[in-house]
Amino acid sequence: MTARTYMPLGQEAIAAKGWLGAHKYLLLRRTSQLFFLVLFLLGPWFGIWIVQGTLAGSLTLGVLPLTDPFIFLQSLIAGHWPALTAAIGAIIVLVAYALIGGRVYCSWVCPINPVTDGAHWLHRKLRLQKGWQPKRGARLWIMATVLIVSGLTGTIAWELVNPITMLHRGLIFGMGFVWAMVAAIFLFDLFVSRHGWCGHICPVGAFYGLVGSKAMLRVSATNRTACDDCMDCYAVCPENHVISPALKGKDTPLILSPDCTNCGRCIDICAEDVFKFTHRFDALTVAPPESTAAPQPRASRPF
Amino acid sequence: MSRVGSPLSPQRRRFLQDSARAAGGCVAAGSVLAWLARDARALPAEALRPPGALPEKDFLSACIRCGLCVRECPYDTLKLAELGVDAVATGTPYFTARDVPCEMCDDIPCVAACPTGALDPGLDNIDDAKMGVAVLVDQENCLNFLGLRCDVCYRVCPVIDEAITLEVEHNARSGHHAIFIPTVHSDHCTGCGVCEKSCVLPEAAIKVLPARLARGSSAAHYRNGWEEKEAKGAPVVEGIIDLPDRLPGPGTDNLVAPGGFEPSFKLPEVTQ
Repeated sequence: MTARTYMPLGQEAIAAKGWLGAHKYLLLRRTSQLFFLVLFLLGPWFGIWIVQGTLAGSLTLGVLPLTDPFIFLQSLIAGHWPALTAAIGAIIVLVAYALIGGRVYCSWVCPINPVTDGAHWLHRKLRLQKGWQPKRGARLWIMATVLIVSGLTGTIAWELVNPITMLHRGLIFGMGFVWAMVAAIFLFDLFVSRHGWCGHICPVGAFYGLVGSKAMLRVSATNRTACDDCMDCYAVCPENHVISPALKGKDTPLILSPDCTNCGRCIDICAEDVFKFTHRFDALTVAPPESTAAPQPRASRPF
Repeated sequence: MSRVGSPLSPQRRRFLQDSARAAGGCVAAGSVLAWLARDARALPAEALRPPGALPEKDFLSACIRCGLCVRECPYDTLKLAELGVDAVATGTPYFTARDVPCEMCDDIPCVAACPTGALDPGLDNIDDAKMGVAVLVDQENCLNFLGLRCDVCYRVCPVIDEAITLEVEHNARSGHHAIFIPTVHSDHCTGCGVCEKSCVLPEAAIKVLPARLARGSSAAHYRNGWEEKEAKGAPVVEGIIDLPDRLPGPGTDNLVAPGGFEPSFKLPEVTQ
Protein backbone atom coordinates (compact mmCIF):
# COMPACT_ATOMS: atom_id res chain seq x y z
CA MET A 1 0.00 0.00 0.00
CA THR A 2 1.23 3.47 -0.72
CA ALA A 3 1.33 6.06 2.00
CA ARG A 4 -1.51 7.92 0.33
CA THR A 5 -4.00 5.12 0.68
CA TYR A 6 -2.66 3.64 3.88
CA MET A 7 -4.80 4.42 6.87
CA PRO A 8 -4.32 2.99 10.33
CA LEU A 9 -6.29 -0.19 10.69
CA GLY A 10 -9.46 -0.10 12.73
CA GLN A 11 -9.30 3.59 13.52
CA GLU A 12 -12.88 4.13 12.39
CA ALA A 13 -14.13 1.21 14.40
CA ILE A 14 -12.38 2.54 17.49
CA ALA A 15 -13.88 5.96 16.86
CA ALA A 16 -17.34 4.49 16.44
CA LYS A 17 -17.37 1.80 19.13
CA GLY A 18 -14.49 2.65 21.42
CA TRP A 19 -11.30 0.59 21.81
CA LEU A 20 -13.01 -2.14 23.81
CA GLY A 21 -15.88 -2.39 21.36
CA ALA A 22 -13.47 -2.65 18.45
CA HIS A 23 -11.52 -5.44 20.16
CA LYS A 24 -14.35 -7.33 21.83
CA TYR A 25 -13.96 -10.66 20.05
CA LEU A 26 -10.19 -10.37 19.99
CA LEU A 27 -10.17 -10.01 23.76
CA LEU A 28 -12.71 -12.79 24.17
CA ARG A 29 -10.63 -15.02 21.95
CA ARG A 30 -7.42 -14.35 23.87
CA THR A 31 -9.34 -15.00 27.08
CA SER A 32 -10.61 -18.27 25.65
CA GLN A 33 -7.13 -19.34 24.53
CA LEU A 34 -5.76 -18.47 27.96
CA PHE A 35 -8.67 -20.19 29.67
CA PHE A 36 -8.04 -23.50 27.91
CA LEU A 37 -4.32 -23.27 28.59
CA VAL A 38 -4.78 -22.39 32.26
CA LEU A 39 -7.33 -25.18 32.62
CA PHE A 40 -4.62 -27.64 31.63
CA LEU A 41 -1.95 -25.88 33.70
CA LEU A 42 -3.93 -25.65 36.97
CA GLY A 43 -3.07 -29.26 37.73
CA PRO A 44 0.68 -29.31 37.16
CA TRP A 45 1.20 -25.80 38.55
CA PHE A 46 -1.22 -25.56 41.45
CA GLY A 47 -2.37 -29.14 42.01
CA ILE A 48 -5.95 -28.34 41.00
CA TRP A 49 -6.78 -31.27 38.77
CA ILE A 50 -9.76 -30.20 36.71
CA VAL A 51 -8.27 -31.36 33.44
CA GLN A 52 -5.54 -33.91 32.95
CA GLY A 53 -3.62 -34.55 29.77
CA THR A 54 -3.11 -32.37 26.72
CA LEU A 55 -5.04 -31.26 23.65
CA ALA A 56 -4.20 -34.62 22.08
CA GLY A 57 -6.23 -36.40 24.73
CA SER A 58 -7.56 -35.32 28.09
CA LEU A 59 -9.75 -36.28 30.98
CA THR A 60 -11.91 -33.63 32.60
CA LEU A 61 -13.03 -34.04 36.21
CA GLY A 62 -12.19 -37.70 35.94
CA VAL A 63 -15.20 -38.46 33.75
CA LEU A 64 -15.18 -36.58 30.43
CA PRO A 65 -12.68 -37.98 27.93
CA LEU A 66 -11.71 -35.83 24.96
CA THR A 67 -9.52 -36.94 22.07
CA ASP A 68 -8.21 -34.99 19.11
CA PRO A 69 -10.14 -36.53 16.20
CA PHE A 70 -7.34 -35.89 13.68
CA ILE A 71 -4.87 -37.81 15.85
CA PHE A 72 -7.51 -40.48 16.36
CA LEU A 73 -7.96 -40.77 12.58
CA GLN A 74 -4.22 -41.11 12.00
CA SER A 75 -4.06 -43.81 14.67
CA LEU A 76 -6.86 -45.71 12.93
CA ILE A 77 -5.12 -45.45 9.57
CA ALA A 78 -1.84 -46.49 11.17
CA GLY A 79 -3.55 -49.75 12.05
CA HIS A 80 -4.42 -49.39 15.72
CA TRP A 81 -7.99 -49.93 16.80
CA PRO A 82 -8.20 -47.55 19.78
CA ALA A 83 -9.91 -48.40 23.04
CA LEU A 84 -13.44 -47.16 23.65
CA THR A 85 -12.41 -44.20 25.82
CA ALA A 86 -10.45 -42.60 23.00
CA ALA A 87 -13.26 -43.25 20.52
CA ILE A 88 -15.86 -41.63 22.77
CA GLY A 89 -13.56 -38.66 23.30
CA ALA A 90 -13.03 -38.20 19.58
CA ILE A 91 -16.76 -38.38 18.84
CA ILE A 92 -17.59 -35.77 21.49
CA VAL A 93 -14.99 -33.39 20.02
CA LEU A 94 -16.16 -34.09 16.45
CA VAL A 95 -19.80 -33.39 17.25
CA ALA A 96 -18.96 -30.20 19.15
CA TYR A 97 -16.85 -28.75 16.36
CA ALA A 98 -19.25 -29.91 13.66
CA LEU A 99 -21.83 -27.72 15.39
CA ILE A 100 -19.88 -24.60 16.30
CA GLY A 101 -17.46 -24.63 13.35
CA GLY A 102 -14.38 -26.80 13.10
CA ARG A 103 -11.97 -23.95 12.86
CA VAL A 104 -13.25 -22.45 16.09
CA TYR A 105 -10.52 -24.74 17.38
CA CYS A 106 -7.99 -22.74 15.38
CA SER A 107 -9.00 -19.31 16.59
CA TRP A 108 -10.36 -19.93 20.08
CA VAL A 109 -8.33 -22.86 21.44
CA CYS A 110 -5.12 -23.56 19.49
CA PRO A 111 -2.02 -22.28 21.33
CA ILE A 112 -0.22 -21.60 18.04
CA ASN A 113 -2.86 -19.03 17.07
CA PRO A 114 -1.44 -16.22 19.25
CA VAL A 115 1.96 -16.92 17.70
CA THR A 116 0.78 -16.60 14.11
CA ASP A 117 -1.54 -13.72 15.01
CA GLY A 118 1.49 -11.99 16.51
CA ALA A 119 3.47 -12.64 13.36
CA HIS A 120 0.63 -11.20 11.30
CA TRP A 121 0.39 -8.13 13.51
CA LEU A 122 4.11 -7.45 13.10
CA HIS A 123 3.89 -8.25 9.40
CA ARG A 124 1.31 -5.51 9.04
CA LYS A 125 3.26 -3.04 11.19
CA LEU A 126 6.37 -3.61 9.09
CA ARG A 127 4.28 -3.45 5.90
CA LEU A 128 5.97 -6.51 4.47
CA GLN A 129 5.12 -8.26 1.24
CA LYS A 130 2.73 -11.14 1.59
CA GLY A 131 5.40 -13.45 0.21
CA TRP A 132 4.93 -17.06 -0.81
CA GLN A 133 1.24 -17.92 -0.98
CA PRO A 134 0.61 -21.61 -1.67
CA LYS A 135 -2.75 -22.48 -3.16
CA ARG A 136 -5.72 -22.76 -0.81
CA GLY A 137 -5.87 -26.46 -1.46
CA ALA A 138 -2.29 -27.05 -0.32
CA ARG A 139 -3.25 -27.86 3.25
CA LEU A 140 -5.71 -30.47 2.05
CA TRP A 141 -2.94 -32.08 0.03
CA ILE A 142 -0.73 -31.98 3.11
CA MET A 143 -3.51 -33.52 5.19
CA ALA A 144 -3.86 -36.34 2.66
CA THR A 145 -0.08 -36.82 2.69
CA VAL A 146 -0.06 -37.05 6.48
CA LEU A 147 -2.77 -39.70 6.42
CA ILE A 148 -0.95 -41.69 3.73
CA VAL A 149 2.35 -41.51 5.63
CA SER A 150 0.52 -42.61 8.79
CA GLY A 151 -0.76 -45.64 6.94
CA LEU A 152 2.55 -46.49 5.30
CA THR A 153 4.72 -46.12 8.39
CA GLY A 154 2.21 -47.29 10.98
CA THR A 155 2.76 -44.19 13.11
CA ILE A 156 0.71 -41.15 14.05
CA ALA A 157 2.80 -39.21 11.56
CA TRP A 158 1.77 -35.60 12.16
CA GLU A 159 2.49 -35.89 15.89
CA LEU A 160 6.17 -36.09 15.01
CA VAL A 161 6.06 -32.46 13.90
CA ASN A 162 2.71 -31.02 15.06
CA PRO A 163 3.60 -27.69 16.70
CA ILE A 164 0.15 -27.39 18.31
CA THR A 165 0.36 -30.43 20.55
CA MET A 166 4.11 -29.95 20.97
CA LEU A 167 3.71 -26.43 22.31
CA HIS A 168 0.76 -27.42 24.48
CA ARG A 169 2.58 -30.46 25.82
CA GLY A 170 5.72 -28.39 26.18
CA LEU A 171 3.98 -25.90 28.45
CA ILE A 172 2.40 -28.65 30.55
CA PHE A 173 5.09 -31.34 30.65
CA GLY A 174 8.39 -29.76 29.62
CA MET A 175 9.51 -27.67 26.70
CA GLY A 176 12.66 -29.22 25.24
CA PHE A 177 13.40 -27.49 21.95
CA VAL A 178 9.76 -26.80 21.11
CA TRP A 179 10.43 -23.09 21.49
CA ALA A 180 12.68 -23.30 18.42
CA MET A 181 9.82 -24.78 16.45
CA VAL A 182 7.47 -22.02 17.60
CA ALA A 183 10.06 -19.39 16.69
CA ALA A 184 10.44 -20.99 13.27
CA ILE A 185 6.70 -20.75 12.65
CA PHE A 186 6.67 -17.12 13.79
CA LEU A 187 9.51 -16.25 11.40
CA PHE A 188 7.94 -18.26 8.58
CA ASP A 189 4.68 -16.35 8.95
CA LEU A 190 6.47 -13.03 9.32
CA PHE A 191 9.01 -13.15 6.51
CA VAL A 192 8.26 -16.07 4.21
CA SER A 193 4.52 -16.34 3.92
CA ARG A 194 1.79 -14.15 5.37
CA HIS A 195 -0.77 -16.35 7.16
CA GLY A 196 1.48 -19.14 5.92
CA TRP A 197 1.22 -21.73 8.66
CA CYS A 198 -2.42 -21.52 9.74
CA GLY A 199 -3.75 -20.43 6.37
CA HIS A 200 -1.85 -22.66 3.99
CA ILE A 201 0.12 -25.45 5.66
CA CYS A 202 -1.45 -26.77 8.86
CA PRO A 203 -3.32 -30.04 8.14
CA VAL A 204 -4.99 -29.89 11.55
CA GLY A 205 -6.76 -26.70 10.48
CA ALA A 206 -7.63 -28.32 7.16
CA PHE A 207 -9.14 -31.27 9.01
CA TYR A 208 -11.16 -29.09 11.38
CA GLY A 209 -12.30 -27.04 8.38
CA LEU A 210 -13.78 -30.17 6.85
CA VAL A 211 -15.34 -31.15 10.19
CA GLY A 212 -17.08 -27.79 10.46
CA SER A 213 -18.07 -27.39 6.81
CA LYS A 214 -21.76 -27.57 7.74
CA ALA A 215 -21.45 -25.86 11.10
CA MET A 216 -24.35 -24.00 12.69
CA LEU A 217 -22.43 -21.01 14.04
CA ARG A 218 -21.52 -18.66 11.20
CA VAL A 219 -20.55 -15.05 10.65
CA SER A 220 -22.92 -13.20 8.39
CA ALA A 221 -22.52 -9.90 6.52
CA THR A 222 -26.15 -9.22 7.37
CA ASN A 223 -25.76 -5.48 7.13
CA ARG A 224 -23.68 -5.57 3.96
CA THR A 225 -25.53 -2.67 2.38
CA ALA A 226 -23.83 -0.43 4.95
CA CYS A 227 -20.35 -1.45 3.80
CA ASP A 228 -18.25 1.56 2.85
CA ASP A 229 -15.40 -0.43 1.29
CA CYS A 230 -12.83 0.51 3.91
CA MET A 231 -11.25 -2.96 3.46
CA ASP A 232 -10.37 -3.24 7.15
CA CYS A 233 -12.06 -6.62 7.40
CA TYR A 234 -9.92 -7.93 4.54
CA ALA A 235 -6.82 -6.64 6.30
CA VAL A 236 -7.51 -8.39 9.62
CA CYS A 237 -9.14 -11.60 8.38
CA PRO A 238 -6.74 -14.55 8.49
CA GLU A 239 -8.62 -16.21 5.63
CA ASN A 240 -9.81 -13.14 3.78
CA HIS A 241 -10.95 -14.97 0.65
CA VAL A 242 -14.00 -16.06 2.66
CA ILE A 243 -15.35 -12.50 2.94
CA SER A 244 -16.07 -11.52 -0.66
CA PRO A 245 -18.80 -14.04 -1.48
CA ALA A 246 -20.78 -12.94 1.56
CA LEU A 247 -20.02 -9.25 1.56
CA LYS A 248 -20.02 -8.54 -2.16
CA GLY A 249 -22.06 -11.46 -3.50
CA LYS A 250 -25.71 -11.35 -4.51
CA ASP A 251 -26.64 -14.52 -2.63
CA THR A 252 -26.60 -15.28 1.04
CA PRO A 253 -24.71 -12.90 3.32
CA LEU A 254 -23.53 -15.89 5.37
CA ILE A 255 -19.84 -16.70 5.32
CA LEU A 256 -20.20 -20.38 4.47
CA SER A 257 -16.59 -21.21 3.59
CA PRO A 258 -15.22 -23.90 5.92
CA ASP A 259 -11.98 -21.89 5.99
CA CYS A 260 -13.62 -19.21 8.17
CA THR A 261 -12.31 -19.64 11.72
CA ASN A 262 -15.21 -17.79 13.39
CA CYS A 263 -12.65 -15.50 15.02
CA GLY A 264 -14.94 -12.50 14.84
CA ARG A 265 -12.24 -9.99 13.96
CA CYS A 266 -14.33 -8.72 11.04
CA ILE A 267 -17.15 -7.96 13.47
CA ASP A 268 -14.77 -6.01 15.70
CA ILE A 269 -13.05 -4.05 13.00
CA CYS A 270 -16.15 -2.90 11.13
CA ALA A 271 -17.27 0.60 12.06
CA GLU A 272 -20.55 0.05 10.22
CA ASP A 273 -21.39 -3.18 12.08
CA VAL A 274 -21.82 -5.09 8.84
CA PHE A 275 -21.01 -8.48 10.35
CA LYS A 276 -22.50 -10.46 13.20
CA PHE A 277 -22.50 -13.99 14.56
CA THR A 278 -25.59 -15.96 13.64
CA HIS A 279 -26.69 -19.45 12.62
CA ARG A 280 -26.39 -20.92 9.15
CA PHE A 281 -30.12 -20.78 8.40
CA ASP A 282 -30.29 -17.04 9.04
CA ALA A 283 -30.00 -15.79 5.46
CA LEU A 284 -31.54 -12.40 6.17
CA THR A 285 -29.92 -9.24 4.90
CA VAL A 286 -30.84 -5.83 6.12
CA ALA A 287 -32.45 -4.13 3.16
CA PRO A 288 -31.14 -0.63 2.47
CA PRO A 289 -33.66 2.05 3.38
CA GLU A 290 -35.21 3.30 0.15
CA SER A 291 -34.51 6.95 0.75
CA THR A 292 -30.88 6.71 1.83
CA ALA A 293 -28.13 7.06 -0.68
CA ALA A 294 -25.40 4.47 -0.82
CA PRO A 295 -22.70 5.19 1.75
CA GLN A 296 -19.85 7.30 0.56
CA PRO A 297 -16.56 5.58 -0.07
CA ARG A 298 -14.17 6.03 2.80
CA ALA A 299 -11.39 7.86 0.96
CA SER A 300 -13.58 10.88 0.24
CA ARG A 301 -14.54 11.33 3.85
CA PRO A 302 -12.58 13.65 6.09
CA PHE A 303 -10.71 11.91 8.83
CA MET B 1 5.46 -31.59 -31.97
CA SER B 2 2.30 -32.16 -33.96
CA ARG B 3 -1.05 -32.37 -32.30
CA VAL B 4 -3.96 -34.31 -33.64
CA GLY B 5 -7.52 -33.32 -32.87
CA SER B 6 -8.71 -30.35 -30.82
CA PRO B 7 -6.09 -28.10 -29.23
CA LEU B 8 -5.61 -28.72 -25.51
CA SER B 9 -7.24 -26.16 -23.28
CA PRO B 10 -5.09 -23.88 -21.11
CA GLN B 11 -7.30 -24.74 -18.12
CA ARG B 12 -6.48 -28.37 -18.57
CA ARG B 13 -2.80 -27.53 -18.83
CA ARG B 14 -2.94 -25.41 -15.69
CA PHE B 15 -4.85 -28.10 -13.81
CA LEU B 16 -2.26 -30.71 -14.72
CA GLN B 17 0.60 -28.39 -13.81
CA ASP B 18 -0.94 -27.48 -10.46
CA SER B 19 -1.68 -31.09 -9.64
CA ALA B 20 1.83 -32.17 -10.55
CA ARG B 21 3.22 -29.37 -8.43
CA ALA B 22 1.10 -30.27 -5.42
CA ALA B 23 1.84 -33.97 -5.81
CA GLY B 24 5.57 -33.26 -6.09
CA GLY B 25 5.50 -31.13 -2.96
CA CYS B 26 3.54 -33.76 -1.09
CA VAL B 27 5.93 -36.54 -2.09
CA ALA B 28 8.87 -34.44 -0.85
CA ALA B 29 7.15 -33.48 2.42
CA GLY B 30 5.78 -37.00 2.87
CA SER B 31 9.23 -38.51 2.44
CA VAL B 32 10.66 -36.28 5.15
CA LEU B 33 7.77 -37.20 7.42
CA ALA B 34 8.21 -40.91 6.69
CA TRP B 35 11.91 -40.62 7.42
CA LEU B 36 11.09 -38.94 10.76
CA ALA B 37 8.57 -41.69 11.49
CA ARG B 38 11.22 -44.32 10.86
CA ASP B 39 13.67 -42.49 13.06
CA ALA B 40 11.12 -42.28 15.85
CA ARG B 41 11.10 -46.06 16.20
CA ALA B 42 14.71 -46.13 17.39
CA LEU B 43 14.04 -46.35 21.10
CA PRO B 44 17.24 -46.00 23.15
CA ALA B 45 18.11 -49.09 25.19
CA GLU B 46 17.89 -47.29 28.54
CA ALA B 47 14.41 -45.87 27.79
CA LEU B 48 11.75 -48.25 29.07
CA ARG B 49 8.09 -48.06 28.13
CA PRO B 50 5.38 -48.18 30.84
CA PRO B 51 3.93 -51.55 31.86
CA GLY B 52 1.65 -53.12 29.26
CA ALA B 53 3.08 -51.03 26.42
CA LEU B 54 2.48 -52.59 23.02
CA PRO B 55 5.55 -53.59 21.00
CA GLU B 56 7.30 -50.40 19.89
CA LYS B 57 5.99 -50.40 16.33
CA ASP B 58 2.38 -50.86 17.47
CA PHE B 59 2.91 -48.44 20.33
CA LEU B 60 3.72 -45.59 17.94
CA SER B 61 0.49 -46.21 16.06
CA ALA B 62 -1.51 -46.21 19.28
CA CYS B 63 -0.02 -43.64 21.67
CA ILE B 64 -1.56 -40.18 21.17
CA ARG B 65 0.97 -38.61 23.56
CA CYS B 66 -1.65 -37.21 25.93
CA GLY B 67 0.38 -37.81 29.09
CA LEU B 68 -2.49 -39.26 31.14
CA CYS B 69 -0.31 -42.24 32.17
CA VAL B 70 2.33 -39.79 33.40
CA ARG B 71 -0.28 -37.97 35.49
CA GLU B 72 -1.51 -41.18 37.10
CA CYS B 73 1.96 -42.46 38.00
CA PRO B 74 2.20 -41.96 41.78
CA TYR B 75 5.99 -42.19 41.87
CA ASP B 76 6.72 -39.76 39.01
CA THR B 77 8.45 -42.60 37.25
CA LEU B 78 7.01 -41.88 33.84
CA LYS B 79 7.80 -38.80 31.83
CA LEU B 80 7.04 -37.59 28.33
CA ALA B 81 9.95 -37.36 25.92
CA GLU B 82 10.88 -33.76 25.19
CA LEU B 83 11.70 -32.62 21.69
CA GLY B 84 15.43 -32.62 21.04
CA VAL B 85 16.28 -33.54 24.65
CA ASP B 86 15.34 -37.20 25.00
CA ALA B 87 16.11 -39.49 22.09
CA VAL B 88 12.65 -41.06 22.43
CA ALA B 89 9.79 -40.37 19.97
CA THR B 90 8.70 -36.91 21.07
CA GLY B 91 5.86 -36.76 23.57
CA THR B 92 5.71 -40.49 24.25
CA PRO B 93 5.95 -41.83 27.82
CA TYR B 94 9.03 -43.65 29.07
CA PHE B 95 11.15 -44.07 32.17
CA THR B 96 14.81 -44.51 32.96
CA ALA B 97 15.28 -47.21 35.57
CA ARG B 98 18.44 -45.73 37.06
CA ASP B 99 16.59 -42.42 37.68
CA VAL B 100 13.20 -43.61 38.93
CA PRO B 101 12.24 -47.25 38.50
CA CYS B 102 8.70 -48.59 38.16
CA GLU B 103 7.30 -49.40 41.61
CA MET B 104 4.89 -51.96 40.17
CA CYS B 105 1.60 -50.66 41.64
CA ASP B 106 -0.97 -53.41 42.11
CA ASP B 107 -3.74 -51.39 40.44
CA ILE B 108 -1.47 -50.35 37.50
CA PRO B 109 -2.90 -46.80 37.30
CA CYS B 110 -0.94 -45.91 34.15
CA VAL B 111 -2.58 -48.69 32.18
CA ALA B 112 -6.01 -47.76 33.56
CA ALA B 113 -5.47 -44.15 32.47
CA CYS B 114 -4.51 -44.92 28.88
CA PRO B 115 -7.43 -43.93 26.65
CA THR B 116 -6.25 -45.66 23.48
CA GLY B 117 -4.99 -49.07 24.58
CA ALA B 118 -1.37 -48.20 23.76
CA LEU B 119 -0.87 -49.60 27.27
CA ASP B 120 -2.67 -52.90 26.96
CA PRO B 121 -5.71 -52.97 29.30
CA GLY B 122 -5.40 -56.77 29.24
CA LEU B 123 -2.53 -56.46 31.72
CA ASP B 124 -4.32 -57.04 35.03
CA ASN B 125 -1.45 -58.42 37.08
CA ILE B 126 1.63 -56.23 37.32
CA ASP B 127 3.77 -59.34 37.82
CA ASP B 128 3.01 -60.20 34.19
CA ALA B 129 4.46 -56.90 32.94
CA LYS B 130 7.38 -57.11 30.55
CA MET B 131 8.99 -53.68 30.47
CA GLY B 132 12.39 -55.22 29.84
CA VAL B 133 14.70 -57.82 31.34
CA ALA B 134 17.35 -57.19 33.97
CA VAL B 135 20.80 -58.35 32.93
CA LEU B 136 23.87 -58.51 35.13
CA VAL B 137 25.96 -56.80 32.51
CA ASP B 138 29.22 -56.30 34.38
CA GLN B 139 30.54 -59.44 36.07
CA GLU B 140 33.93 -57.80 36.56
CA ASN B 141 32.64 -55.08 38.87
CA CYS B 142 29.59 -56.71 40.46
CA LEU B 143 30.46 -57.00 44.16
CA ASN B 144 28.82 -60.40 44.49
CA PHE B 145 30.94 -61.70 41.62
CA LEU B 146 33.99 -60.47 43.51
CA GLY B 147 32.93 -62.67 46.40
CA LEU B 148 31.25 -60.07 48.60
CA ARG B 149 27.73 -60.37 49.97
CA CYS B 150 26.31 -57.15 48.51
CA ASP B 151 23.06 -58.88 47.44
CA VAL B 152 21.30 -55.51 47.08
CA CYS B 153 19.75 -56.22 43.67
CA TYR B 154 18.44 -59.51 44.98
CA ARG B 155 17.01 -58.05 48.19
CA VAL B 156 15.22 -55.10 46.56
CA CYS B 157 13.67 -57.17 43.77
CA PRO B 158 9.86 -57.01 44.10
CA VAL B 159 9.73 -60.57 42.77
CA ILE B 160 12.59 -61.77 45.01
CA ASP B 161 13.59 -65.45 44.72
CA GLU B 162 11.71 -65.73 41.45
CA ALA B 163 13.01 -62.96 39.18
CA ILE B 164 16.41 -62.86 40.88
CA THR B 165 17.94 -65.75 42.78
CA LEU B 166 21.38 -66.13 44.31
CA GLU B 167 23.16 -69.12 42.82
CA VAL B 168 26.00 -70.47 44.96
CA GLU B 169 29.27 -71.18 43.22
CA HIS B 170 32.73 -72.09 44.43
CA ASN B 171 35.07 -69.14 44.81
CA ALA B 172 38.10 -70.35 42.92
CA ARG B 173 40.11 -67.26 43.85
CA SER B 174 40.08 -67.86 47.61
CA GLY B 175 39.61 -71.57 47.20
CA HIS B 176 37.35 -71.95 50.22
CA HIS B 177 34.59 -69.35 49.94
CA ALA B 178 31.34 -69.20 48.03
CA ILE B 179 30.21 -66.71 45.38
CA PHE B 180 26.52 -65.82 45.42
CA ILE B 181 25.72 -65.01 41.83
CA PRO B 182 22.64 -62.80 41.29
CA THR B 183 20.82 -64.63 38.53
CA VAL B 184 17.86 -63.16 36.63
CA HIS B 185 15.07 -65.43 35.47
CA SER B 186 13.46 -63.75 32.49
CA ASP B 187 10.06 -65.40 32.81
CA HIS B 188 9.57 -63.73 36.21
CA CYS B 189 11.47 -60.46 35.66
CA THR B 190 9.10 -57.56 34.88
CA GLY B 191 11.85 -55.11 33.98
CA CYS B 192 10.78 -52.69 36.71
CA GLY B 193 14.38 -51.59 37.19
CA VAL B 194 14.46 -51.47 40.99
CA CYS B 195 17.63 -53.61 40.89
CA GLU B 196 19.33 -51.21 38.49
CA LYS B 197 18.27 -48.23 40.57
CA SER B 198 19.61 -49.84 43.76
CA CYS B 199 22.93 -51.14 42.50
CA VAL B 200 25.51 -49.59 44.81
CA LEU B 201 28.16 -49.10 42.15
CA PRO B 202 28.64 -45.66 40.55
CA GLU B 203 27.46 -47.23 37.30
CA ALA B 204 25.02 -50.07 37.78
CA ALA B 205 26.37 -53.57 37.11
CA ILE B 206 22.81 -54.84 36.60
CA LYS B 207 20.74 -53.07 33.99
CA VAL B 208 17.28 -53.45 32.56
CA LEU B 209 17.47 -53.84 28.82
CA PRO B 210 14.70 -54.22 26.28
CA ALA B 211 14.05 -57.89 25.60
CA ARG B 212 15.36 -57.54 22.04
CA LEU B 213 18.80 -56.77 23.49
CA ALA B 214 18.67 -58.81 26.66
CA ARG B 215 17.61 -62.13 25.23
CA GLY B 216 18.66 -64.65 22.68
CA SER B 217 16.20 -67.17 21.40
CA SER B 218 16.28 -70.92 20.98
CA ALA B 219 15.82 -72.31 17.49
CA ALA B 220 12.37 -73.79 16.98
CA HIS B 221 13.66 -77.28 16.21
CA TYR B 222 16.04 -77.53 19.19
CA ARG B 223 15.23 -80.24 21.77
CA ASN B 224 16.86 -80.78 25.13
CA GLY B 225 18.05 -84.39 25.08
CA TRP B 226 17.58 -84.92 28.80
CA GLU B 227 14.01 -83.71 28.67
CA GLU B 228 13.25 -85.91 25.69
CA LYS B 229 14.84 -88.86 27.46
CA GLU B 230 12.76 -88.26 30.56
CA ALA B 231 9.58 -87.88 28.51
CA LYS B 232 10.31 -91.13 26.69
CA GLY B 233 11.49 -92.94 29.79
CA ALA B 234 14.34 -94.46 27.79
CA PRO B 235 17.35 -93.31 25.78
CA VAL B 236 16.20 -91.40 22.70
CA VAL B 237 18.56 -93.40 20.49
CA GLU B 238 18.46 -97.16 21.15
CA GLY B 239 21.63 -99.17 21.76
CA ILE B 240 23.98 -96.23 22.17
CA ILE B 241 27.16 -96.91 24.12
CA ASP B 242 27.81 -94.48 26.97
CA LEU B 243 31.55 -93.86 26.87
CA PRO B 244 33.29 -92.68 30.07
CA ASP B 245 33.91 -89.00 30.30
CA ARG B 246 37.56 -88.05 30.22
CA LEU B 247 38.04 -85.19 32.63
CA PRO B 248 41.33 -83.58 33.59
CA GLY B 249 42.69 -83.59 37.10
CA PRO B 250 43.00 -86.13 39.87
CA GLY B 251 40.22 -88.48 40.84
CA THR B 252 39.16 -89.17 37.25
CA ASP B 253 39.46 -92.11 34.97
CA ASN B 254 41.96 -90.25 32.81
CA LEU B 255 45.12 -92.38 33.16
CA VAL B 256 47.29 -89.60 31.70
CA ALA B 257 46.34 -87.09 34.37
CA PRO B 258 48.16 -87.26 37.72
CA GLY B 259 46.10 -89.33 40.12
CA GLY B 260 44.14 -90.91 37.29
CA PHE B 261 42.89 -94.39 37.90
CA GLU B 262 41.81 -97.46 35.96
CA PRO B 263 38.13 -97.28 35.10
CA SER B 264 35.93 -99.77 36.90
CA PHE B 265 34.67 -101.21 33.62
CA LYS B 266 36.31 -102.56 30.51
CA LEU B 267 36.04 -100.72 27.25
CA PRO B 268 34.83 -102.87 24.37
CA GLU B 269 37.71 -104.59 22.56
CA VAL B 270 38.45 -103.13 19.17
CA THR B 271 38.87 -106.00 16.73
CA GLN B 272 40.82 -105.59 13.58
